[in-house]
Amino acid sequence: MKLAMWTYEGPPHVGAMRIATAMKGVHYVLHAPQGDTYADLLFTMIERRDHRPPVTYTTFQARDLGADTAQLLQDACRDAVERFQPDALLVGASCTAELIQDDPGGLAEGMNLSIPVVPLELPSYQRKENFGADETLFQMVKRLAKPCPRDEQISCNLLGPTALGFRHRDDVAELTKLLGEMGIKINAVMPLNARLQDVERLGAAHFNVLMYPETAESAARYLERAFDQPFTKNIPIGVGATEDFLAEISTLTGLPVTVDRSRLRLPWWSRSVDSTYLTGKRVFIFGDATHACAMARIARDELGFQVVGLGCYNREGARKLRQLAEEFGVKGLVTDDHLEVEEAIVELVPELILGTQMERHIAKRLGTACAVVSAPVHVQDFPARFAPQMGFEGANVIFDTVIHPLVMGLEEHLLTMFREDFEFHDAAGPSHHGAKASKPIDNLMPMDEANVPNLGDGAPVWHQDAEQELKKIPFFVRGKARRNTEEYARERGVVEISRETLYDAKAHYAR
Amino acid sequence: MTAAPTKILKERGQHEVFCGLTSILWLHRKMPDAFFLIVGSRTCAHLMQSAAGVMIFAEPRFATAILEEGDLAGMDDMHEELDRVVAQLLSRRPDIKRLFLVGSCPSEVIKLDLEKAASRLHGIYDHVAICNFSGSGIETTFTQGEDQCLATLVSQLREGDEPNLVILGALPDVVEGQMKLLLSQMGVSNVHVLPTTNHDDDIWVGPNTSFMLTQPFLTDAWQMMTRRGATYIEAGFPFGAEGSYRWLRALVDAWGLELELFEQAVAKPYARAKDALARIRPELEGKSIFFMPDSQLEVPLARFLHEELGMRPMEVGMPYVTPGIHATDMDALPEYCLISEGQDVDLQLARVRKHRPDITVCGLGLANPLEAEGLTTKWAIELVFTPVHFFEQAADLAGLFARPLRRSGLLNMDAAE
Ligand code: SF4
Repeated sequence: MKLAMWTYEGPPHVGAMRIATAMKGVHYVLHAPQGDTYADLLFTMIERRDHRPPVTYTTFQARDLGADTAQLLQDACRDAVERFQPDALLVGASCTAELIQDDPGGLAEGMNLSIPVVPLELPSYQRKENFGADETLFQMVKRLAKPCPRDEQISCNLLGPTALGFRHRDDVAELTKLLGEMGIKINAVMPLNARLQDVERLGAAHFNVLMYPETAESAARYLERAFDQPFTKNIPIGVGATEDFLAEISTLTGLPVTVDRSRLRLPWWSRSVDSTYLTGKRVFIFGDATHACAMARIARDELGFQVVGLGCYNREGARKLRQLAEEFGVKGLVTDDHLEVEEAIVELVPELILGTQMERHIAKRLGTACAVVSAPVHVQDFPARFAPQMGFEGANVIFDTVIHPLVMGLEEHLLTMFREDFEFHDAAGPSHHGAKASKPIDNLMPMDEANVPNLGDGAPVWHQDAEQELKKIPFFVRGKARRNTEEYARERGVVEISRETLYDAKAHYAR
Repeated sequence: MTAAPTKILKERGQHEVFCGLTSILWLHRKMPDAFFLIVGSRTCAHLMQSAAGVMIFAEPRFATAILEEGDLAGMDDMHEELDRVVAQLLSRRPDIKRLFLVGSCPSEVIKLDLEKAASRLHGIYDHVAICNFSGSGIETTFTQGEDQCLATLVSQLREGDEPNLVILGALPDVVEGQMKLLLSQMGVSNVHVLPTTNHDDDIWVGPNTSFMLTQPFLTDAWQMMTRRGATYIEAGFPFGAEGSYRWLRALVDAWGLELELFEQAVAKPYARAKDALARIRPELEGKSIFFMPDSQLEVPLARFLHEELGMRPMEVGMPYVTPGIHATDMDALPEYCLISEGQDVDLQLARVRKHRPDITVCGLGLANPLEAEGLTTKWAIELVFTPVHFFEQAADLAGLFARPLRRSGLLNMDAAE
């Protein structure tokens, strides 16, 4: 039994829904109680989909349990096929139905329906949403993809973009453009907007682009075995990673890398002098393993940040993440407990958090700048504009996203210079943020202090002159100055912090 | 008055409605000293955070003890595991005075006895009141979670002979305050409201207890009160000017209170509410409305919109109908209105498409798809989270329906030419 308040991933059948909802002409019959229909709102509200997800829930009740829940499932399958006329049917159970052991997949297969049935067995008490998506995609591909001759023109499949994915819609468009510039045709995108015919024809492609290992790694591996299709290992998020990806494709296909780099702006934006202030910013990164790892490389190599923490919530990506973390000289954090993530953040005192919606809430509480770079998603992660993460435009978007929550370079200097002026009073915050960032920073102090671990009895006491001096430091670095000074004092057994201690500490930490 | 609807269409098919766990979202706010521990699955935890829309609180006063593969092996171990989780929780949150163990579909299917667990745990933590109720989707829909919670609270009230009035239903504090003020101005004392904000409040029930409901979904709590000897004061629900007036008036009649004092107390708010509604009326009058079954508030709200604002209810769906509670409001609906109980969502959507009502009240899963078909919608969940009861909220309540209509009138994306 695990105590959970918020979760990064839903149950596995929600993963299956992400596949079914992404596709066209596929229906999912889910053996589940009525409350499980909440999952529809993830798609209609968060992603603003204008259609109900193609899911029929059997919505059995307590009084059905003694009677025939199996019949209920078969009726639901029959009705769904008749009413929605899908090309293929997915059939599975949610956590509750798993316990009553009706074997929905088997029952549906036994019905001799006129369309292919893909039974799903997703262990709800062991696995989670990403597994559910990956397994569902794998089962569909395994059951429905047919051997077929290779396309004449070099072509590939894009594997992994789902409904409710973090910027999947735009990543597909960006990769289609990049690959098109190299003369590579997209044979099929799977599952986003795919139909049964697309699944059947997956084998016509020369190779697969594994966009998101979280949702498509099993399918990619299967296609490699069954149809001898290699798949790409580089995830093209970030400038360097996109170049690696293009080089990998060039090796796979023998085609030269002929892409238009003129629209790539991140490198110059990052070199231009206004960005100097980004240097060495302490950043904490958390998300799914794919996005977290990609973001770490961007943060360090393309923006000049210092990565102080790196983690992911999906066990499946643990190895990859830990390896990279080690390379970065930090400890990889693999957990799906948001309280643990919060603890790590409090301890590491980053200046910027790149995370999920969960970290956004943590950041809000701690008064730290934050940008969302990974699922789980919320409604604001589905912008109306084109905003990919992958490829060159993705890099541009990421630059903007990551920089947005920070005080702008020139503005940072102005704030320091004019800090005594009332327009620039400490609580003003970045000027482009309106109300959001204008939290009076001093009010955060008590909470800040409460968060400093183990002050214990030996906590150093601040002299008034030191407190006064601290107030003169710009607000956005004051919290850090306070913590550094205390840390410095504690390490040296200094029990009273004077103005001198403050400047000793400042000198000590200067970089 | 027109003749009331006579027939109820009963349907059985796919339901599109939350389970009772969702009630915790407002119950926990109403009871700041309580913690709600759902014993369930990852699905239950995911429902809670999805229905909440965003993760609003650092550490909410609800959580899920997620059953894992290992737990399903043996019942003894499961109780031990639960004890461990509760210990972990209570040490983290020493401020908790009452703990609700909330049953879910998985815990009920495997027959995990939470009542037993609650009494065992109370033996260990005697400073914490521990009890249980069901919020599972196989037993309850949406607002029925509150019903189950209140039924449990009622069963635990002490016996008492002194006359009192118990009012059941969680209301936002501001509304509860308004209601209590009106009652005291009417000369009513010994008023108790369930759920209570404070666990230590002394509330009793007995042969001289009268009770009223502010929420129409409290069937089991209503039965439990009756079983414990209390007398129900029947009234339509206090929405709008007339609804609020009649609800209070029912108490005056039942208790033989002084009529003049009552009229004095309500005069101003009643007039204010009527004025405010008169201003909104032109926006809603004559407009047709369709309620998908969701919060159980459907019949009383349809009564309000029809009688006080002149709207035309085409179909009013309810997850279930309890005549003893809903009859008064239902009788005020027009004859042409179809009352439906239960749901087959696809058949019902077909009726929505046939009628093409001016506004459809539905759950979050259906709203955007219907809007995409050119139908204006109102999310039912907002009706549960917003203060809507009694005189001062009458206009706000009407506004919830007027706003989507006004908005569809405002948007114009055609070229100017
Ligand atoms: S319907 Fe049942 S399993 Fe689903 S969230 Fe509600 S209680 Fe949990």
